[in-house]
Amino acid sequence: MATTVTSGITRPPDQGDGGQRRLSQRDPQTHTMGVAFAVVAIGMLFIALTSSYVVRQGLGVDWQRLPMPRILLVNSAVLLISSITMELARLARRRGNWQRSNTWVFVTLMLGLAFLSGQLLAWQSLASQGFFLSTNPHSSFFYVLTGLHGIHLAGGLLALTYVAAGSLQQLRAPAAAAGPARPSPDRCSRWLDGTAVYWHFMDALWIYLLALLFVWG
Amino acid sequence: MASHSSQTVHTEIRHGFIRTYIFSTDHKVIGIQYLMLALFSVLLGMGLSVFMRLRLAWPAAKWPTLEQIFSVGFSGGQMTPEFYLAMMTMHGTIMVFFVLTTAPLSGFGNYFLPIQIGARDMAFPVLNMLSFWVTFVALAVMVSALLVTGGAPISGWTAYAPLSALGQVAGPGLGTGQTLWVISIAIFCAGSLLTALNFLCTTINLRARGMSLMRMPLTVWAWFTTAILALLAFPVLLAGGILLLLDRVGGSSFFIPGGLVVSDKLIPHEGGSPLLWQHLFWFFGHPEVYIAILPGMGVTSHILSTFARKPIFAYKAMVSAIFAIGFISYIVWGHHMFMSGMSPFSSMVFSVTTMAVGVPSAIKTFNWLATLRGAQIRFTTPMLFALGFVSLFVTGGITGLLLAQPAIDIYLHDTSFVVAHFHLIMGVAAIFGIFGGTYYWFPKMFGRMMSERLGRIHFWFTLAGVYAIFMPMHFMGISGAPRRYAQLTEFTYLQHLQPVQIFISICAFITIAAQFIFLYNFFVSMWKGERAGVNPWEATSLEWTIPSPPPHDNFGELVPVVNHGPYEYSVPGEPTDFVMQNAPAGSVAS
Amino acid sequence: MPFAFAVFLWFMASITVALFIGKVWWLPPLISEHGAAIDRQLVITLIIAGIAFFLAQISLGYLIWRFRAKGGQRATYWHENSRLESVWTIGTAVVFILLSLNGNRIWASYILTPPPADALPIEVTAQQFAWNIRYPGPDGKFGRTDPHLINDANANYLGLDSKDPASRDDITTQNIMAVPVNRPIRVMLRTKDVTHSFFVPVLRVKQDTVPGLMIPIHFTANRTGEYEIPCAELCGMQHYKMRARLLVMSDTDFENWLKQRASMQ
Repeated sequence: MATTVTSGITRPPDQGDGGQRRLSQRDPQTHTMGVAFAVVAIGMLFIALTSSYVVRQGLGVDWQRLPMPRILLVNSAVLLISSITMELARLARRRGNWQRSNTWVFVTLMLGLAFLSGQLLAWQSLASQGFFLSTNPHSSFFYVLTGLHGIHLAGGLLALTYVAAGSLQQLRAPAAAAGPARPSPDRCSRWLDGTAVYWHFMDALWIYLLALLFVWG
Repeated sequence: MASHSSQTVHTEIRHGFIRTYIFSTDHKVIGIQYLMLALFSVLLGMGLSVFMRLRLAWPAAKWPTLEQIFSVGFSGGQMTPEFYLAMMTMHGTIMVFFVLTTAPLSGFGNYFLPIQIGARDMAFPVLNMLSFWVTFVALAVMVSALLVTGGAPISGWTAYAPLSALGQVAGPGLGTGQTLWVISIAIFCAGSLLTALNFLCTTINLRARGMSLMRMPLTVWAWFTTAILALLAFPVLLAGGILLLLDRVGGSSFFIPGGLVVSDKLIPHEGGSPLLWQHLFWFFGHPEVYIAILPGMGVTSHILSTFARKPIFAYKAMVSAIFAIGFISYIVWGHHMFMSGMSPFSSMVFSVTTMAVGVPSAIKTFNWLATLRGAQIRFTTPMLFALGFVSLFVTGGITGLLLAQPAIDIYLHDTSFVVAHFHLIMGVAAIFGIFGGTYYWFPKMFGRMMSERLGRIHFWFTLAGVYAIFMPMHFMGISGAPRRYAQLTEFTYLQHLQPVQIFISICAFITIAAQFIFLYNFFVSMWKGERAGVNPWEATSLEWTIPSPPPHDNFGELVPVVNHGPYEYSVPGEPTDFVMQNAPAGSVAS
Repeated sequence: MPFAFAVFLWFMASITVALFIGKVWWLPPLISEHGAAIDRQLVITLIIAGIAFFLAQISLGYLIWRFRAKGGQRATYWHENSRLESVWTIGTAVVFILLSLNGNRIWASYILTPPPADALPIEVTAQQFAWNIRYPGPDGKFGRTDPHLINDANANYLGLDSKDPASRDDITTQNIMAVPVNRPIRVMLRTKDVTHSFFVPVLRVKQDTVPGLMIPIHFTANRTGEYEIPCAELCGMQHYKMRARLLVMSDTDFENWLKQRASMQ
């Protein structure tokens, strides 16, 4: 049952035909849609926090912008590059070059980990300067926003790990031996597409938060 | 671990007990798990209300037996006011979240959405399983808040800051109890978001051939819209909860302004806004109450049509009304805050939008009534509850006309009038939706019929009971009785209401007792009920085309092709007074 | 069954309406000027709501009984009527809009009208679980307060700064608020700890007291007597006992009362 996914969108399979299928029919579109809705929900979370930020800023005379840790610029560059590598992984998969796709996934994973480590360093740097969660409203929001972003990014890393592991398995045992325990090629692509959407969102969200914290606030 | 059974035509994969009943990914099992969770929660919530009614009716009474069990809450034999407030807080929280947000949407929706659209399962079965267990953990944490030293929080289900943010210094239960409460709510948000996501993807992508949007039953439309509401509202509650938690344990000051002195102690926080919490909470809170009622409206439409043997009146208008209600529900939240110190101009805007949401609700009511005109009504138990829903929805909703106007709300805000309003709408109408759904779908879920006789008795006690309980609360509110009071007897101008309190409590106890008739009927019928066929109600939607109970993959080889709308009853020229949705084409213009 | 159901609905609706019309439990007597418009709007809305409620319940009962299944017959395949739909939608919308406009008019006239310049200023500071009332005294100015100076144990509930000359003649009470009749009163609402709500049923006045904010309201009482002030926002375990007395008295009585209080400070 070899299928080649030539574009991101395929027509939903006709539900009328029988045959040995998994119990829940899912076309690739559904999975990406699921990620899109998750993105909407996470977006709402940060919209609510943004409006809290704006309100709080307008309230108190005690609003004092934190000094921006320089490493945040490095982290931002790392994350932007990781979005590029994510796209490269996707393009490679689409052309059928699984080996290359997997490499790029691995690189993205490493860059993501580097980003998170960099964020922790930023936190450390601020703490050593005496800026904690409770120090002033701006620092409170800094920790909350970067912390939540980091947690969600970590979730994305888990998804990337799953994709990488799945395609590694796929590479070792080609399609002919595919059984119910191995993710089908279709499924791998679905996960990669979805994860890519999520990843780009995390990137855009980060740029937005940086701007909110250090340009607007 | 997994094995294929080659004997059956269905792609039946047999798992062990744990995979089949505990960590199942089958939407039907998950649906029942949610219903059981809601059942446990409603019994707990009802139990808590017994304590509340005991104190309200007899505030000075001593309860030696209860003192033995709850030594802190009943120190000296009398129920303490803080115990009352803890009961009240947990009652509201458990009912709103773990009953009204789970049973109608995650319970019945999970079970019947896929079947009604002709799908084999939800779009993301594993995610579905996860969302149940996340909700379960949330409930466990919430229950632990009841049991922890210091007791449950006393700040109400609305947990207004700074009362909820200051910690133990502001009152009993506001220490560990409140922290656990916030954590539980945050976990619950996560579970609900996963559910919402699943519902949306399933409805959009997994409909069977011929199941166009305008052929979906109104239950599906209701679940779909509710899922949109949940997706957009719960993250805002989560944001508020995170900030509240940090104010409590992290030393931040999102909601706590400076210069507060509680019990002679100066609070070190600075510069936060209590109103910010209210905005965040109610931006979620108002869509939340529509999340509680919309599925009930869908179920009512569905049941009314089935047992009136008539198509639902103005299906298209009903769909538009569901959407309109869902959309407008996002721009009315300020009506909870008319007296909060919010800008009076905002109040005027919110007043207009709140009146506006009454229009689609009225449309639905007119359509339900019109559905009955010319009908051939069969008075089965589900139909009784659906009719009861219409009556209660009108009663509860109409008082919204008063509360939507700030001028009148000056007087009625935070009085028993509000308590009457939201109980009739949520605590009764929505519950009638759940009861209706239960009696209606029980044969499909368990392959047996519930007792009609017991159903009728349950219905009468409950309908009469809830009117007897909540109607008087309107009068108490008009008399000026504030809400969230452990007793009214401290005020001279409220003394004359004490007999009313006693009347309400007695009616409440009787009504609660009557619910055990339902419980008995529910559980005994599972084993002893008369066996149900495929379509005992002669209904038209797809769930009535498959066996009772349905097989694992719902439709097997016979994946349906839909040719008709969902409410083709009494179609002229047809041999039977109902046409199944998957009947061959050519009968009626759909 | 259908008949019993219908009878129940008719009975329930009738009793409810009767209890409202009979004013068996009703609003406490009104003693403020602005409250008249509020009461009128409340009654108008109740009447409209009552009519809608009554008609809906009666129709429901009627439909239930009239269209009970009669063996062998088919229901009427009547499932839409755009004209009917438009009529009742527009009708409902018109009624709601009119109600809302009038209600907003009354609200605006109450909340957006500033009090006259000679209104008597009174400061009310809520706390767990008492109402602190402060009068500015002959100098007409409220003295400075500071949270750091608050000391309930020494009865300095407001944290009055005794070094501020304006605070020397301030008159503070707890749980007793006296006002002269027929004079505009301007109340400044504050709170020491959590959100409370200043609710005077007979005046038709309610306003939350929000930590960090000072919220002004105003009213004119037009009847003497003693009334009660409950707290209307959950504030902790003694929320139900947070009771102040409102004394509305003649001008002379009020001046005497103030002098008496001043000597007790």
